[in-house]
Amino acid sequence: MTAAHGLKEAARWRWWEGVLVVALALSWLLLPSQALLLNEIAILALFAMSLDLILGYAGIVSLGHAAFFGFGAYTAALFAKHVLPDPLAGLAVAVTTTALLGAACSVLILRGSDLTRLMVTLGVASILYELANKLDWLTGGADGLQGVVMGPLLTPFGRFDFDLYGRTAYAYTLVVLGICLFIARRLVNSPFGFSLQALRDNRLRAASIGLPVNARLVAVYTVAAAMAGAAGALLAQTSGFASLDVFDFHRSAEVLLALVIGGTGYLYGGIFGALAFKLLQDLISGWTPQYWNFWLGLFLVVLVLVGRDRLIRSRTWWRTRA
Amino acid sequence: MSIVLETVSLGKRFGGIVATNDVSLRLEKGARHALIGPNGAGKTTLINLLTGVLEPTSGSIALDGEDITRLAQHRRVQRGIVRTFQINQLFNALTPLQSLALTVSVQLGIGAQWWRPLGRDRRIAAKCETLLAQFHLEDVMDQKVLELAYGKRRLLEIATALACKPRVLLLDEPAAGVPEGEREEIFRAVGALPQDVSVLLIEHDMDLVFNFARRVTVLVNGAIFAEGDVQAISSDERVKAVYLGHGDGRGHG
Repeated sequence: MTAAHGLKEAARWRWWEGVLVVALALSWLLLPSQALLLNEIAILALFAMSLDLILGYAGIVSLGHAAFFGFGAYTAALFAKHVLPDPLAGLAVAVTTTALLGAACSVLILRGSDLTRLMVTLGVASILYELANKLDWLTGGADGLQGVVMGPLLTPFGRFDFDLYGRTAYAYTLVVLGICLFIARRLVNSPFGFSLQALRDNRLRAASIGLPVNARLVAVYTVAAAMAGAAGALLAQTSGFASLDVFDFHRSAEVLLALVIGGTGYLYGGIFGALAFKLLQDLISGWTPQYWNFWLGLFLVVLVLVGRDRLIRSRTWWRTRA
Repeated sequence: MSIVLETVSLGKRFGGIVATNDVSLRLEKGARHALIGPNGAGKTTLINLLTGVLEPTSGSIALDGEDITRLAQHRRVQRGIVRTFQINQLFNALTPLQSLALTVSVQLGIGAQWWRPLGRDRRIAAKCETLLAQFHLEDVMDQKVLELAYGKRRLLEIATALACKPRVLLLDEPAAGVPEGEREEIFRAVGALPQDVSVLLIEHDMDLVFNFARRVTVLVNGAIFAEGDVQAISSDERVKAVYLGHGDGRGHG
């Protein structure tokens, strides 16, 4: 095999990627009654994918990724309420402003250790939470931002109103997820994407081959913030509501859990993880509404201790470790 | 011969400790220059100063007569000062092919491209093929670096540096830790480096030093202790006394 061929191999479309895309499209057609839940899953998937860009590829740990999710959500809700109810314009504004916030915050994660980054990201999310709480004349404070009325989706294919059952909402979210996935896929297979993995593996060497390490970190943090902002905007637009909950610590934790369940560093972990996380949550809470957290916690402990590969490949369960 | 890299009275202090003391060094184009000295002599500190990992406390560094004393690390790489590491510093989750392809893309100035796949540019694949063949890494080019044998990783360490198209190559103990049977391959790779590249070799292995280098500088306690061509240094009694450990057997070879 030649070098040219070997390099193309990484960017090649795998069969299961096609299956996944078809399955997502079919889910809209075949499961109309589940559209609300599926919409939630798709939003979490996009949010987790954005975290994967910084955590899985660039190795930046974060406990406050909800800062960008929440900022996108409030921006989209405020834009719809005070400026223009058009969802696409609102999404564009939310993505742009969240990217700017990400670029500004990125200087905080350049230096220090993983522990520093955990604390700094946690801190930024807490600051935004309290700001949204205090600025109640703008955000509605603890009551949340109410009275957000979304206009219809105006596309080249026609005009679509958001309905009560979330059919339009889910289609809208799926399309945005698909576009972001396509962009992220191009990104991670490019020289830029490989430079992220390089600096994750060895920052010293990355600098020694002439990579501007800090410039890369700023860039990827900005892109990831923008995608998290898009996820937040989708939530606010499809639910017509934004509350303090979007900035809350449990959001940052949930997205990290979903990504860890799905696996980091191959781009699809966010999608599989969100699916597993939400279905598990839905399943267990239907079965035992009060104690679902117990079972979810137990599952996570087993997953992390046993290892994902071993848990998924059931034929390895009874084999002793080589 | 033209001077490519020159340091003038270079000094570095860490608090009260002088790690580099008044080092003036000249590297000619195409030089094969070895830097030897006992442990703690400040050899690695000197490399860190040359590559911009550390900032000197005094003195200056010039590349082609241009001052680069305060230039950022990655800018020096772009100007052609490249190093290898005593302890392998590689990208463990990538393959040798991907590591080299990324390095070549940075060298070609397209390392920030984010829309086109890494393998799209023909120059990258061509350059990678040459490097992989030169360092006998073709058969392992698609394995994760983490899974490679130590000797292969040592070769990749040098190949990665060479992918940066260096004008000055700083080799920090290329044979360190390599078992006897695989040393020959490292020696050959070092011996086959392009003639126009100026090489500064730090090494403890005297076989490699005396076979490869034409000039030798001996560093002791951060300062230049002796400098000369290989014959002069290998027969210098003072050098033997401080470094080669034959101080008791004066006069013997």
